Amino acid sequence: MDFALIGRIWPFFAEAAWVTIEVSMLAIILGLILGFAAALASLSRNVLLRWPARAYVSVFRGTPALIQLFLLYFGGPQIGINLGPFEAGVIGLGINIGAYMCETIRGAILSVDKGQTEAGRCLGLGQAQVMRRVILPQAARMMVRPLGVNAIALIKGSAIVSTISVLELSYTAHRYISSTYKPFEMFILASIFYLAIVTVFSFGVKKIDERVALES
Amino acid sequence: MNEPIVKIRGLKKNFGSLQVLKGIDMDIDQGQIFALIGASGSGKSTLLRTINQLEEVTEGEIWFDGELVNQKLPHRQREAHLNRLRQNIGMVFQHFNLFPHLTAIENVTMAPLMLGRVNKAEAIEQAKKLLDKVGLSDRGDYYPSKLSGGQKQRVAIARSLAMNPKLMLFDEVTSALDPELVGEVNRVMKALAEEDMTMIIVTHDLRFAEDVSDHVIFMADGLVVEEGPPSLVFRAPQEDRTKSFLQQVFND
Repeated sequence: MDFALIGRIWPFFAEAAWVTIEVSMLAIILGLILGFAAALASLSRNVLLRWPARAYVSVFRGTPALIQLFLLYFGGPQIGINLGPFEAGVIGLGINIGAYMCETIRGAILSVDKGQTEAGRCLGLGQAQVMRRVILPQAARMMVRPLGVNAIALIKGSAIVSTISVLELSYTAHRYISSTYKPFEMFILASIFYLAIVTVFSFGVKKIDERVALES
Repeated sequence: MNEPIVKIRGLKKNFGSLQVLKGIDMDIDQGQIFALIGASGSGKSTLLRTINQLEEVTEGEIWFDGELVNQKLPHRQREAHLNRLRQNIGMVFQHFNLFPHLTAIENVTMAPLMLGRVNKAEAIEQAKKLLDKVGLSDRGDYYPSKLSGGQKQRVAIARSLAMNPKLMLFDEVTSALDPELVGEVNRVMKALAEEDMTMIIVTHDLRFAEDVSDHVIFMADGLVVEEGPPSLVFRAPQEDRTKSFLQQVFND
């Protein structure tokens, strides 16, 4: 183990870790927005909303994220979509994780007892009012942890954007391997940064979960 | 005599191939207290739930306050129509269905506030009065998880009353309660009955039905077998099915 080498180059990894964090957080935000929209659409009684939402989930969960990313980044220019690596990484990962988050959110909404909807509707509230004020506040509590699991999977999975040359952790590890020939040290170093990011993120999810669970 | 507040004609309800209501007719006048009794599966809860359209009906008519409840309407119009009707029909459930993320008082104020009936100060004042009426003036800030079953059910009654309904539906509201908590809920319902609220009560508690109702309907297999004032149905039943049902229940 070449600790002197690690001591010298870790700041470059720290910079790359920041890129990993940026890509991941932006993709998670995009995923949450898409996931919420698709979850509500897939629960709608309108087939024009429901079917596209179901198709989105099937396609993006049913094909490799790597292929989706390549399709966007390498195939995109052919149909007039020209994105830089960073943008393509965020959008590709975000759309992919959104499909998983859709199922998590949908599951949480469906897990709220049917009696809650009945009670709300019996008071004369409309479908949308019941969803907003009765169902979603309860579903939100149940979705924090599973969405956290989705998000953590995304943070680790963000390594695939190294293949479209986003200068994040995995890419940086590869780059230093080719100049130092020390793959063991480089991958250990990258792993430490991933672990640190995931640990901090998990802690954040746990705090949010405790907070929303507090009152009731 | 005025038009009955609830009028049901030829009501049938199928769940798939199973017919649970086989032609019900019923007239309920303003201020009347109806008790629906019968064995599990007799259709009494389903009947109650068709009145505010928690269950759609297969055939027949339900009228409430001069309006046909089960009108054939396009979806949006039907929703608006039902929302308007349901604001005047309170319902209390076996499993309370209180909103667990809201305090007792927020449960009571939510619908009147969301529907723009009152402003916040009025809603809170009204909710306090209602909680006081059901004997829970000191529990307004409690979340449902901190209340007993009987307290939850009394909050649920207050929540329904906050919309000033013209009719209250009670669906086995004491069936899920520990025996020692039944009395407090029954007392609240009795007080409501004495204020001339129109009430339809689905219950297994026959003593309470006899005590509070002025008309009893005994159902079996989706049909009304016998009906009349409680003194007659309970003390001098005419039909064999009524007799055997009462015998079974009272011998337990």
